[in-house]
Amino acid sequence: MSEESYPDDLLYHPEHDWARVEGDSATLGITWYAQDALGEVVFFDPPEPGTEVKKDQPYAEVESVKAVSEVYAPLSGEIIEINKAAAESPEQINDDPYGEGWLARVKLSDPSELDNLMGAAAYRKLLEENE
Amino acid sequence: MLAEIGASATDELFAELPDDIRLGRDLDLAAGMAENDVYDLLAELAKRNTHAEDELCFIGAGMYDHYVPAIVDAITQRSEFLTPYTPYQPEVSQGHLQAMFEFQTAISELTGLPVSNASLYEGPSSVASAGYLAIGATGRRRFVASRGLHPHSREALATYSRGYGAQLGEVDLRHGLTDPGKLAGALDEETAAVFLQTPNFLGAVEDVAALAKRAKEVGALLVVSVDPMTLGVLRPPGECGADVALGEGQPLGGRLDFGGPSFGFFCATQEHIRRMPGRIAGETVDVDGRRGFVLALQTREQHIRRDKATHNICTSQALNALGGIVYLSWLGKRGLVELGELLTRRTAYARERLGNANGVELLHEAPVVREFAIRLDAPVAQVLDRCAAEGIAAGYPLGREYPEHEDGLLVAITERRSREHIDRLAAALETAVAELAGGRAEMSGVR
Amino acid sequence: MQRDRALTIFERSRAGRRAAALPPLDVPERPLDELIPAHLRRERPPELPEVSEPEIVRHYNRISRRNFDLDTGLYPLGSCTMKHNPRLNERVAALPGHARLHPAQDPNRAQGALELMWRLADALTEICGLPHVSLQPSAGSHGELAGLLLTRAYHVDRGERRTKVLTPDTAHGTNPASVTMAGYEVVQVATDERGGVDVDDLRGKVTDEIACLMLTNPNTLGLFDENIREIAAIVHEAGGTLYYDGANLNAIMGHSRPGDMGFDIVHLNLHKSFSQPHGGGGPGSGPIAVSDRIEPYLPVPRVVRRDDADGAAPSYDLEHDRPKSIGRLRGFQGNFGVFVRSYAYILSLGGDGLTEASQTAVLNANYLLARLRKGRAGKYLPVAFDRRCMHEFVLSGRPAKRELEVTTLDVAKRLLDFGFHPPTIYFPLLVDEALMVEPTETETKESLDGFCDAIEEILAEAERDPEQLREAPYTTPVRRLDEAAAARRPVVRERLDA
Repeated sequence: MSEESYPDDLLYHPEHDWARVEGDSATLGITWYAQDALGEVVFFDPPEPGTEVKKDQPYAEVESVKAVSEVYAPLSGEIIEINKAAAESPEQINDDPYGEGWLARVKLSDPSELDNLMGAAAYRKLLEENE
Repeated sequence: MLAEIGASATDELFAELPDDIRLGRDLDLAAGMAENDVYDLLAELAKRNTHAEDELCFIGAGMYDHYVPAIVDAITQRSEFLTPYTPYQPEVSQGHLQAMFEFQTAISELTGLPVSNASLYEGPSSVASAGYLAIGATGRRRFVASRGLHPHSREALATYSRGYGAQLGEVDLRHGLTDPGKLAGALDEETAAVFLQTPNFLGAVEDVAALAKRAKEVGALLVVSVDPMTLGVLRPPGECGADVALGEGQPLGGRLDFGGPSFGFFCATQEHIRRMPGRIAGETVDVDGRRGFVLALQTREQHIRRDKATHNICTSQALNALGGIVYLSWLGKRGLVELGELLTRRTAYARERLGNANGVELLHEAPVVREFAIRLDAPVAQVLDRCAAEGIAAGYPLGREYPEHEDGLLVAITERRSREHIDRLAAALETAVAELAGGRAEMSGVR
Repeated sequence: MQRDRALTIFERSRAGRRAAALPPLDVPERPLDELIPAHLRRERPPELPEVSEPEIVRHYNRISRRNFDLDTGLYPLGSCTMKHNPRLNERVAALPGHARLHPAQDPNRAQGALELMWRLADALTEICGLPHVSLQPSAGSHGELAGLLLTRAYHVDRGERRTKVLTPDTAHGTNPASVTMAGYEVVQVATDERGGVDVDDLRGKVTDEIACLMLTNPNTLGLFDENIREIAAIVHEAGGTLYYDGANLNAIMGHSRPGDMGFDIVHLNLHKSFSQPHGGGGPGSGPIAVSDRIEPYLPVPRVVRRDDADGAAPSYDLEHDRPKSIGRLRGFQGNFGVFVRSYAYILSLGGDGLTEASQTAVLNANYLLARLRKGRAGKYLPVAFDRRCMHEFVLSGRPAKRELEVTTLDVAKRLLDFGFHPPTIYFPLLVDEALMVEPTETETKESLDGFCDAIEEILAEAERDPEQLREAPYTTPVRRLDEAAAARRPVVRERLDA
């Protein structure tokens, strides 16, 4: 299991998803808080490459033993790659949620949406308020 | 206790019930009875049923008068199996979870498909449940069922289909078997699943592998309902291209019980494991490395996935399934095969004897294992009444569900129906038909 | 013995052993090839166990002792009604007249069975206050599906198209699962601060798209919804049906009836209030009772009674010709063996006994709650809704988690070492770290006191050394199991590489 962290170079969505922007595409995943709340992830059902995803809409599911969680897209776009390794070994989502546990890469369709996401400090604040 | 609660009378505990919905009177039911009186009343009702200890039962149609060995009761009546509930706390439910795992293994062996669940309610509703899986797997909403599928299975599938928003089409039989040409013609790229039964309702063994080809071509799932007692002899559905194999489990250590409780078994290919309905036991280890069993893949189920669950089932038929694995262990690898061969030979004998009886004709000549259909030269209902008077329940009348076989009767054989019993049946049928046909001939003045 | 390594019946197999002796072949031994073509026949026998009868008996006896069961101790699962299973019921169910009766026997020769079904249905109409019953559904979920399909048929028959069904957020998972299977969309209704349906939220959501509202009363919090008449009126005015999940009927038998509360369709769980043993997960039975307006759509066959004009004894029959029926939900007539047991139970208790059963169930739950409001339980596992409960109540383990760093799961696992089955955990979802407790009427005061004492001791232990709980259980046949591994790489059968 990983240590609690919320890297500063990422953008965050209130449904506990992160995005790492790389030019006109972004890598997406779930935050430390999300994987901790879920418990040991046992199954990740990725979408097909080519699928259109919409901001604030679920695009995949992750399962623990006793829960199913929808994964929300923080940004809109087209799925260009999914993390097959994470689908095969979903433990990576717990162990390294921002690294090996990434879920999907999207080609962004509306970069202006980036303005709606939070930075790490704002996300941490949101978590504190939820407590 | 009331003092602890802080109330002065038990009535206070119901204070929140609004006056206008209180019953306000006694229930209009007789007062409670002593145990011996209840026993006598139930025994009196039992006496007014003609059952398989009083007469020879040749009725089948999905449930059969097999012998249930005494150890099945001895084990299923144990408190430890009879009285707990679903294994939500696996550490104290290893008995049931292990029995489920063993059951799943045995059923998987019988059907030739790798994944089995731990039971559904019974046969026909399991068929209907397969429809839900097929919709989830294919995204299509059309079902095609052979008329060889048990009428109750077809009816249940039709009922559930109204909830699924699916359409159900039927394919006729020809000479007792699913018409391959008509089946092929009925399938297209909108077909979610094809439903076959073997042996079919008229007792005929279908060539599932041959019928499977067209289903594969259009990408429809092949769902095969199979009589488990025939799987010592017949090629398992898994080896014939079935995606789902299921059926009525009553023959495996279950009593007749006027139709239930029994169990439905349900198996699928590995691909569909996450769409399976019902409980599934899985193997794992505990913190000390000890082998143990748990409910696996619970995220499919209603208590977790709720509206998106693969099925709504909660309570299934765990105790009956336990009876099933005890029975299969009792029969064993060789016993199931030998029993199947015994049934096949006795049924062949019965078919020949009855086919040779006057006024009786075989309805079809397709291969059979333990059940077959005949035609009578006299009204079936009256023939059955006369046979009943001779202490024989001669079979299941086909007319209501197969109007084209108004004169048809389905005869079932189990290991309890000896050669002598079969001879008695043949004689009784022959006599009954002669009496009734003769009378009819006289009445119509035919000479 | 409890700590034996688990060996399956397959691992105990030895080639050549067998238990069954079959009758000898008394007909010509015709070659099988003549009877069934080879391409239709099995090539390899299935790898079933090869064991003798004594081995089978020993094996299943041994593993049975790795189960905790109701005959051994308190089993307070919420909304499951784990009440004592009278053994008389097993005796009468085994009578050959019931047990060896074929379901397709001519009704004229099954009059005892049909009369039993009719009388059971008659008793159920009195108990739930609705006039028409079908015994066909095999379990509560099956009854729920039936009720929703009846609702669908009812609306279609009136030319109405309705697409949604309301369920409270406290609903048992089977409710929304059934809604989807019946082709409807789930809309959730909120729960108010008193733990009942939020009537304002309901009013806002009840439109002419709503086919039905599914409720249980008392609900899964064990609380009686006093607004039920108003709720019924709102739903009926909008043209919807009101469905009662009978899982909690044990609280109100003889005191109130769902039919009188305004419900149109009710399912009953014979394996809950009516003492059918739970069997490790079934068999059960989920008969439904409906109002006049829903009656035409009931499943077939229907059990009918024909009174004789000449004054002879009435006769019973199965009727199939009901043009508006939704059809069949399963084969034959339903779980008759369960009907026998439940009917015997109803006869044994009688109207007075059923009323007393509910009264005692509510008394026992309130007593248990009163004791658990005190001491450490009151501090760390407070009741979720501060009201009188009915037959069950829900505690929240949130303070225990915050202050002792032990979860509801940890408390439950430690209870196993104390010889109790834990209550239901993590349900209803509305309550954080929930424990749903239903003792039933067949527990004595001493039994309930024992449970309270155990909880107190466990929480005291948690104060001193929470790790004790987190590592529990210690004394059970297996300790905490790796469910994540089972889910990641499921192994659902024994490998039998022959």
